[in-house]
Amino acid sequence: MIPPSFDYHAPDNLEEASRLLLANPEAKLLAGGHSLIPMMRFRLAEPAALVDLRKIPGLSGIREEGGSLCIGAMTRESELEKSDLVQSRYPLLADTTRVIADPVVRNLATVGGNVAHADPGNDHPAAMLAYRASFVACGPSGERTIAASDFFTGPFSTCLEAGEILTEIRIPASGAGSGGAYQKFERKVGDYAVAAVAVQLQLDGGQVAGAGVALTNVGLTAIQAGAAEAALVGSDGGDAALDAAAEAAAAAADPGDDHRGSADYKRAVVRVLTHRAAASALARAREAS
Amino acid sequence: MAECRGLGHSVQRKEDARFIRGQGRYIDDIKLPGMLYLDIARSPYAHAKITKIHEDTAMAVDGVAAVITGKTLEGFKLAWMPTLMSDQQMVLPVDTVKYQAQEVAAIVATSRYAAADGAAALEVDYDPLPVVVDPHEALKPGATKVRDDKESNHIFHWEHGDADGTEAALAGCDTVVEQKMHLPRIHVASIETCGCVASWNPVEGHLTLYLTTQAPHAIRTVVALVTAHLGLAEHKIRVISPDIGGGFGGKVPVYPGYVLATAASVVTGKPVKWIEDRSENLQADSFARDYHITARLGSKDGKVTALKLDTVADHGYSDAAANPSKFPAGLYHIATGSYDLENAHVSVDGVYTNKPPGGIAYRCSFRVTEAVHAIERMVDLLARENGEDPADFRLRNFIKPEQFPYQSALGWEYDSGDYGAALEKAMDMIGYQDLRAEQAEKRARGELMGIGISSFTEIVGAGPSKTFDILGIKMFDSAEIRIHPTGKAIARFGTKSQGQGHETTYAQIIAEELGIPPEDIQVEEGDTDTAPYGLGTYASRSTPTAGAAASIASRKIREKGRKIAAHLLEADEADLVWEQGKFYVKGSPDRAKTIQDIAFAAYTNHPQGLEAGLEAISYYDPPNLTFPFGSYICCVDIDRGTGQVKIRRFVAVDDCGVRINPMIVDGQIHGGLTMGIAPALLEEISYDADGNITGGNLMEYLVPTAMETPHWELGETVTPSPHHPIGAKGVGESATVGAPPAVVNAVVDALWHLGVRHMEIPMTPARVWDVLNEHGAAATR
Amino acid sequence: MSSHQISVTINGEEHTREVEARLLLVHFIREELDLTGTHIGCDTTSCGACTVLLNGVPAKSCTVFAVAADGAEVTTVEGLGNGGLHPVQQGFTEKHGLQCGFCTPGMMMTSKALLEENPDPSEEEIRWGISGNLCRCTGYVNIVRAVQRASELMKENSDG
Repeated sequence: MIPPSFDYHAPDNLEEASRLLLANPEAKLLAGGHSLIPMMRFRLAEPAALVDLRKIPGLSGIREEGGSLCIGAMTRESELEKSDLVQSRYPLLADTTRVIADPVVRNLATVGGNVAHADPGNDHPAAMLAYRASFVACGPSGERTIAASDFFTGPFSTCLEAGEILTEIRIPASGAGSGGAYQKFERKVGDYAVAAVAVQLQLDGGQVAGAGVALTNVGLTAIQAGAAEAALVGSDGGDAALDAAAEAAAAAADPGDDHRGSADYKRAVVRVLTHRAAASALARAREAS
Repeated sequence: MAECRGLGHSVQRKEDARFIRGQGRYIDDIKLPGMLYLDIARSPYAHAKITKIHEDTAMAVDGVAAVITGKTLEGFKLAWMPTLMSDQQMVLPVDTVKYQAQEVAAIVATSRYAAADGAAALEVDYDPLPVVVDPHEALKPGATKVRDDKESNHIFHWEHGDADGTEAALAGCDTVVEQKMHLPRIHVASIETCGCVASWNPVEGHLTLYLTTQAPHAIRTVVALVTAHLGLAEHKIRVISPDIGGGFGGKVPVYPGYVLATAASVVTGKPVKWIEDRSENLQADSFARDYHITARLGSKDGKVTALKLDTVADHGYSDAAANPSKFPAGLYHIATGSYDLENAHVSVDGVYTNKPPGGIAYRCSFRVTEAVHAIERMVDLLARENGEDPADFRLRNFIKPEQFPYQSALGWEYDSGDYGAALEKAMDMIGYQDLRAEQAEKRARGELMGIGISSFTEIVGAGPSKTFDILGIKMFDSAEIRIHPTGKAIARFGTKSQGQGHETTYAQIIAEELGIPPEDIQVEEGDTDTAPYGLGTYASRSTPTAGAAASIASRKIREKGRKIAAHLLEADEADLVWEQGKFYVKGSPDRAKTIQDIAFAAYTNHPQGLEAGLEAISYYDPPNLTFPFGSYICCVDIDRGTGQVKIRRFVAVDDCGVRINPMIVDGQIHGGLTMGIAPALLEEISYDADGNITGGNLMEYLVPTAMETPHWELGETVTPSPHHPIGAKGVGESATVGAPPAVVNAVVDALWHLGVRHMEIPMTPARVWDVLNEHGAAATR
Repeated sequence: MSSHQISVTINGEEHTREVEARLLLVHFIREELDLTGTHIGCDTTSCGACTVLLNGVPAKSCTVFAVAADGAEVTTVEGLGNGGLHPVQQGFTEKHGLQCGFCTPGMMMTSKALLEENPDPSEEEIRWGISGNLCRCTGYVNIVRAVQRASELMKENSDG
């Protein structure tokens, strides 16, 4: 499988990258390439040009700043896996990263790519929805910040406009009483999820004060399960609340039948994983209280 | 003298030296001057008439040198080629494609990239035709006919055993169980795909074919037969099988790509390389299994008495199975397995469908996996129906050690076995009774845990010339050994290793027989110009056939050595004693002549009247097949929420007769077990009603990683084969054959109290959850 | 359709070539430089047969454009031993961690990086670490043992 020909550009600044994208509507951005290149090898994607982000400084790194965990869009998944900050304070993100593709792929695959590719099977989008993350995009009309809940508009599509480039992901900084978990059920390592559930909780005096619940690969985009969140907020995190959240998440899922299983099955998996992810998130949040 | 390290030593592999340095020479590593590259355009439809191939669209691509279509080949009478099963398959279609991903045209170009561009650019017009994918539908009157050149979709009916006697015996049983089961299509998915480099020399009229083949000599003969009308002759064809990155049966057949590269080389006068992509490999190369079995097994007073198997075999659009000629269903009639039963009958009906052709093995000796799956599932069911533990039921019904050689109801003579010993050992290793106790506790708590047994009997080492041939060529195999003057040796074989470690194990056999250390013996295979003729490596046949030939040829050398030693020692041959590596006169072991002394003398001081040199060749015709066996026990836990089956422990006790290199034997079993659990839990190639493939790339064809693979626990018993020169039986495939029913039996065992009696494979989480849900046992947490 | 001059340091030696933008790194290594120890086993970034070290980390070279590796340091199996045998190579042969040898170079490159990061991995950590590399022959048990053996050898080397 050989990719088709294309023009290659590796600009060293965002303005130039943005200009190249605008000048060539058939161009695509190249980050880690681990979604795009396989599609090109199958000629499911035939971009006329690639704009490689690798030479642009400042797009990579993990830091806490201004009440957020800021992750450069070109940060490799493996950097999250190796980050003490992420591992110790952002368990939902740590869980998510660990189950993306396989360990070798994670050395090159980028967080920004996983988000911006907007494959409903990708794992970061649900985690970002649960975290109430926001995304920084740079484009011809400057920089703007987009809430994760506004970002994913359909399968493989986002609200990014022509020439706009995702540069940073901002996750609300982890504080006392917060905890999260990502439960992914896959057929084998490297597979997309049959279903996966991200849960992020904030406890306040033993009560759930805030909750984010989102689902992977059971709809056209990652799905934020608002009713599941509502079932958790204000509860003590007991089994009844978890069951109610799980039921609500299953109802929010909108899967289809395919070789990973029937829609009924996937909904059942969402129910189970929601319960497990919420239980794990609770335990972690209590530990962090 | 160095220790000779023959049989029973875990000698480190000789072949590793190049592999760990990246110096292996695989097909895609071969680069010849001026070489062109070939890519293949394939059909998006499972059944369609080709109305036009716009060759100009590919020719317009930079670097494309030629486009070959079915019409081109038809001119050379090469559009069709014969299969091993007296059928024919297309090299390229002249008018109709019969399965999705079928070859439609070949594009030859100056680079791999240009050839791919040409294949992508080629425009082809199709008229889609009705598709039949279900073999049962294909057999119905009025079904879409797959083959225009055939009367119907029914390819063959084959049966074996006593049908009436078996029916009568079943009627007389007090307990009969019946079960339908499907062993779906799977693919060997060796990590190296298939490929070739064809190099035609027009001046000498000579063809060199570098080919990923497990059977280079047979391929040479096939090429000679199908190209004779074009003036090619066998002495002008050299097939070289380089290092092979895994075979498992998938590299036995002749694929259209090989013929196309050859034709392209002849047409262009340049070497042509064709390397298959993984997707092409999974979508178009020969598949394995696809047997739909209806099984009945009966017992009377707790004793198994009768087995009946009726089978529909989906062969795709052509019967391109790789079986010995007289065995359209391979050795499926090993189906009575490890049990002493008097009545059996098996039947198979082969059917055409709009799927890729094939019916090869998947690390299995000709349909033995299908047979073992059937009997091991049925014995488990029958044990339960008799209210008995499956282990106890097996132990009571096994063929007893004193019954060997054992004549099976389906006509095989089992060479040797002690089935009870293997099962008892496996039960000890895993702690069977403790696991049963744990299971009872867990079940009381609502947890699902299962224990499954499989006590398989394999049949390998094809085979005796009276019944076994491929295209008329008897299934012997060969060894040719030459001892050099300094006592070092070169040995060549008709087989071809694909990772089995022949360079090491064959050297060990010769070491055992002649006392020359393995590192002093160069082993070569795969070049038809230098190696003696043999039928190749598949069906676990290398040790039973070529390994035996190595012994016999060594013994011939030893006998000539005796004459030379007698000359050197000025003694009578009859007074000489052989002790590994040397001859001495009885009573005078201090005055010995070593094999190295003898070798030197064979060239420098050979006795008058005896030819110089020290070499021998053996074409070994095995007197019988060998019957490796074993007992496997699998313990699983099932997640009631997701349906996931997790193998907690898997104990495998194998008896492959005498072990040549225990390290390599264990490695073969580890790999075989992994390819055994894979189809039980993960792997399947399926088709929708339009014939569109699912599982056609490694994202969807789920080859297990280290994370899905359990830590295998191995045990052994040793029951030598009485007819093999060193008592070895062959081991490459036992585990793949034996493992799947152990996993299925474990899962059914975990679910038995819910009323579950059978599980189809692969037992995917979705499939298991459906069953849990149906029985009200799915959990919500 | 652009072509570009790139310089890639492979096994310590710098190579400068004019390449088409779409040339995959694995083809650059195998075809342009004739280093055929790096293999190709799939087209979906699944099998890991093509794994090399790219700036020190294992990468599937079938999913990297050579042009994007301009200026990079690449290590292939040919550069693993540096004249002798690397402990990973030693471990693989001693513990029979290979059969057909086709996945072996990629598997060893991943194992080398794994051991450099975690010199004393558990069986579970090894299985996790090599889960992006498929082997069809060995059933992984002996690969795990090979990596454990390599770990021992590396410790012995650093102690000595």
